Amino acid sequence: MIYKGNAWKFGRDIDTDAIIPARYLKTSDPDELGRHCMEDADPEFMNKMKKGDIIVADENFGCGSSREHAPISIKAAGISCVIAKSFARIFYRNAINTGLAILESAEAVDGISAGDEIEVDTDKGEIKNLTTGAVYHAKPFPEFISNIIKQGGLISYVREKMRSQAG
Amino acid sequence: MERSRTRLVSKTIVEKILSEHSGLDAYAGDIVVADIDAALVQDGTGPLAVQQLQKLGMEQAANPERTVLFIDHAAPSPRKELSNAHKILRDFAAKTGAILSEVDEGVCHQRMVEDYMNPGEVLIGADSHTCTAGALGAFATGMGSTDVAIGIASGKTWLRVPETIKVYVTGEFKKGVYPKDLMLHFIGMIGADGATYQSIEFCGPTIDAMDMSGRFTLANMAVEAGAKAGLFKTDETTKKYLEERGRGDRWREIAADADATYERVVEIDVTDLEPTISCPHTVDNTKTISEVVGTKVDQVFIGTCTNGRIEDLRIAAQILAGKSRNPNTRLLVCPASKEVYLQAIEEGILAKLASAGAAIINPGCGACVGVHGGILGDGEVCLATQNRNFQGRMGNTEAFIYLSSPAVAAATALEGVIADPRKYL
Repeated sequence: MIYKGNAWKFGRDIDTDAIIPARYLKTSDPDELGRHCMEDADPEFMNKMKKGDIIVADENFGCGSSREHAPISIKAAGISCVIAKSFARIFYRNAINTGLAILESAEAVDGISAGDEIEVDTDKGEIKNLTTGAVYHAKPFPEFISNIIKQGGLISYVREKMRSQAG
Repeated sequence: MERSRTRLVSKTIVEKILSEHSGLDAYAGDIVVADIDAALVQDGTGPLAVQQLQKLGMEQAANPERTVLFIDHAAPSPRKELSNAHKILRDFAAKTGAILSEVDEGVCHQRMVEDYMNPGEVLIGADSHTCTAGALGAFATGMGSTDVAIGIASGKTWLRVPETIKVYVTGEFKKGVYPKDLMLHFIGMIGADGATYQSIEFCGPTIDAMDMSGRFTLANMAVEAGAKAGLFKTDETTKKYLEERGRGDRWREIAADADATYERVVEIDVTDLEPTISCPHTVDNTKTISEVVGTKVDQVFIGTCTNGRIEDLRIAAQILAGKSRNPNTRLLVCPASKEVYLQAIEEGILAKLASAGAAIINPGCGACVGVHGGILGDGEVCLATQNRNFQGRMGNTEAFIYLSSPAVAAATALEGVIADPRKYL
């Protein structure tokens, strides 16, 4: 997949309470969760961002609770992918399972400034900064995880497995 | 390549447990599909898990008697949307035979170790502090709703076998210093992402001498260093804990091999450890008590899966008995489970705490997670015995949360400012 959008920069340790505060966990409805994306990190975020934009963050993005509502909220808000120096472990799994594209690249995070236009090729793990012309590379996923992403998340992956076993 | 030479030789605790559960000779870095012994969801994450299974047409539990659905994050429900979410869990339990833990029963992680988990087992839970059960020598880890949903229905999950950090602890705690202080100090040392994707093994003479309550506190907060699990070997202390709960026959020896391969070894001597505090807004922002003493506090909260056990309430009662909280500081006390609640009633602890000015709240997670029961006002400061102090955690981004041991919390409730508990012990 190729994604193109402008970068929104965040610092380190952006936790799941900042991504989607617990006060909105009364629902699992993606649209409702999307409306409050990143609200406690930047209350104006949803008014400023455009569909397709990209979150670029420092280390340990998504730390804290296990709430899958966090990647669901980011995806439903229209963010096309998240680039970070590193992701917290549970968020990493949840992003894969819910089909949110995530890339780990410290050089990209350091090289991208807020507002830069970015193009990401997730198959190649390539991140292009169209504003500066720089190209960065992300760590590739292990094959097992790539297969889950290719199927569109864990639910589709299991459904496909069940279908092939039944057939 | 270093790793291949140690193959077939020696293993860490997590390598042993995941080998047993996958039927493979598994080492750090391997991806395995493991059998699950137990699974949990709570009322924040469970409804989404159930909805995922409905999408698949797989509303089933492979192992219903050890699939536990907890209503603890909003218990009892403060609003109709959450009441409706609770109905989803009750319906799923009725349909599948899974166990429902109702609004009176307490916090999932405390309940899992009291009634369900044994050494050598694998637990996955849709809550990040699922790692608490690692104190019993189990592999216990938090995941998201979809992961746990698939685990509940199939009895299996995929895992990357994590590298392990060995934390070797020596020395004797001085009076007024506790395992919570050790854990906050450790997280301050290695950082909130210091153990990301890895497991932690806690060992050494200080750990050998530690009671189960203290071990639960350490395991519970492993995730605050980013870890996948926090594990302990089993010993006589583990055995006694299980025997007291009628599961003595489930004790077995769990230990790492002497020459297992570790990512790194961290040594900590607790002899000179001071009461330690995490300051707003990250757990790794730690300071010693002397650096923060005197900070004005509006609310003190004693409870949670980190420090809401009977041992914690005893310490609080010891400091607060016969005295009164500072008139400008509210005190909330929340036993972690019904078992703790009943024990605290029997020992007269709750009467002492209530007389000292505590509001006793129903066992649950509401205050810590900011759903209900203790939400902070703008600019207010809370000192809490929980595991997390993120901005907005207790329901208000304009508030400030400090984390501490129950002893510091009790002393702070007396003085109305962050206080050193040692003068009261």
